[in-house]
Amino acid sequence: METVQENSITLPPATLPHLHNRTPLWTVRGRINKRLYQLIALASFLLLLGLWWGISASGVVDPLFLPGPGAVAQCFVSWLFDQDLLNDTGISLYRVFAGFGLSAVMAVPLGLYIGAYQPVRAFFEPLMEFSRYLPAVAFIPLVMLWAGIGEGSKISLIWIGTFFQMVLMISDNVSRVPLSQIEAARTLGATNTEVVHKVLLRSAMPAIFDTLRLTLGFAWTYLVVAEMVAANSGLGYAILQAQRFLQTERIFVGIIVIGVIGLVTDQTLRWVHRKLFPWAKQ
Amino acid sequence: MSTLFVSHLSKRFDAFEALRDIDLTLQTGEFVALVGASGCGKSTLLRIIGGLETRSTGRLEVDGKPIAGPGHDRAMVFQDYSLYPWLTVAQNVRFCRGLKIYSKNQSSSEIDDSIRRSNLLIDLMGLTRVRDARPNQLSGGMRQRVAIARALMAQPDFLLMDEPFGALDTQTREVMHDLVLHVKATERSAFLFVTHDVEEAVYLADRVIVLAPNPGRVDSVWPIDLPARHQSLKMTPEFLHIKREITDRIRATSGMYSDLAALQALSGGA
Ligand SMILES: Nc1ncnc2c1ncn2[C@@H]1O[C@H](COP(=O)(O)OP(=O)(O)O)[C@@H](O)[C@H]1O
Ligand SMILES: [Mg+2]
Repeated sequence: METVQENSITLPPATLPHLHNRTPLWTVRGRINKRLYQLIALASFLLLLGLWWGISASGVVDPLFLPGPGAVAQCFVSWLFDQDLLNDTGISLYRVFAGFGLSAVMAVPLGLYIGAYQPVRAFFEPLMEFSRYLPAVAFIPLVMLWAGIGEGSKISLIWIGTFFQMVLMISDNVSRVPLSQIEAARTLGATNTEVVHKVLLRSAMPAIFDTLRLTLGFAWTYLVVAEMVAANSGLGYAILQAQRFLQTERIFVGIIVIGVIGLVTDQTLRWVHRKLFPWAKQ
Repeated sequence: MSTLFVSHLSKRFDAFEALRDIDLTLQTGEFVALVGASGCGKSTLLRIIGGLETRSTGRLEVDGKPIAGPGHDRAMVFQDYSLYPWLTVAQNVRFCRGLKIYSKNQSSSEIDDSIRRSNLLIDLMGLTRVRDARPNQLSGGMRQRVAIARALMAQPDFLLMDEPFGALDTQTREVMHDLVLHVKATERSAFLFVTHDVEEAVYLADRVIVLAPNPGRVDSVWPIDLPARHQSLKMTPEFLHIKREITDRIRATSGMYSDLAALQALSGGA
């Protein structure tokens, strides 16, 4: 026992190859290289696809409940070329970005001023906290009453679903700007307005951008809900129609298209984040 | 020539008395160090002078005018650098020049002057090579150089520094000490420097003020009358002597000691 300990202590680090060359995969918060990460991520998608194919090919489940990947792909192609998948996607995209954009345009300044000035916080924050817990979906009847079933109702619902969350998250982003950054500006002669614009906004910008990326995901959820109850176009509407006609593979296509759009926008926004804010660590 | 005048200043945080009856005068060209046990109110006093904290009672004036808030005549340097990570080194240094207070009625010759000054400061601080880098690419010592340059860019009458080198290693600190002395020789400012490192205080300051805790108050004032500063000065008997005396004084005010007998009794009298 004694000699083993002696040895392990006196060994120079260079002779412990496992400390140097091999990536510690299972270290808490360890690092792995990018390629390996992508490989593992790809594997999870392939596994899911394989599982899906296996179950549907085995015939255990009625294809009415679980169509195979082939049938779904076929449906995708025919929806894309013979029907109007692009149109449905386009209208849905428009609604999401209109509702989300409206929320963002209002939430960024409000969140900034809540995070900057305590009286503004006292006035708005409890109100926002309350509104956040009102179930957005329960507003559908009201929204339809007020805005009909035109574009306004879908956009309003997305706004209700995202705005309050966004304001609270952005005000939190702004509150997290280190006090010392604010104080340094004040001792250099910055006015309150200058502190808000030149320090708070600039410093919180990467976090605000991340908040917007996250809430864009919520917007899609509310879009589908709105399109299922109050629309005659769009992906959500198409999914509901497909259910009425028992076209299960069409439901699958709708869901997967939304998922892929979400994944692509999210990855794009992450990339934009890295380009815009190279100084911020994610 | 500017004078900072603090008289009978005290500060309460609700029931807690942080500072009592502080008197202090600081003039252009002077370098005063504030030392004392941790928690004795050094930062609080500096923040009150910087206008970041309010005082409870007492007078606080610059050239006869009461201080009511922060101002660019009293720039501060913090221990955590508090640089703007989205700006480059040069942009951080010039930050104050983008503020209204400097940009209004500025003639082109003044703008030229300010650019020349920022380049000089970047040069003086040894930042030329990294002027386009961002703070997160720099070491702690380099970051603090940027913070000092940024504060000096405001041409403050008073430079207030709160343990600016507390997070740096010994070698870097020594370089920074000499740098601060160069700044003192070239800039028209008064320096108020908070530290818990007595050696640093004695090396840099013309006057060391010892604060005693509970409540924070001036315990003693030590004029430092040493020849021109050089790192080897730290080994001389005079230097070591005054360092020892101030350290003992701080120890006495803090009432802290380690009682070996009591510890031995606790562990079973080994
Ligand atoms: N904002 C505050 N509210 C309440 N107590 C405070 C506040 N700031 C400082 N204190 C207290 O005042 C005392 C002096 O603090 P500080 O000036 O930071 O001491 P030092 O810088 O000498 O270590 C400490 O006991 C601290 O807990
Ligand atoms: Mg302190």
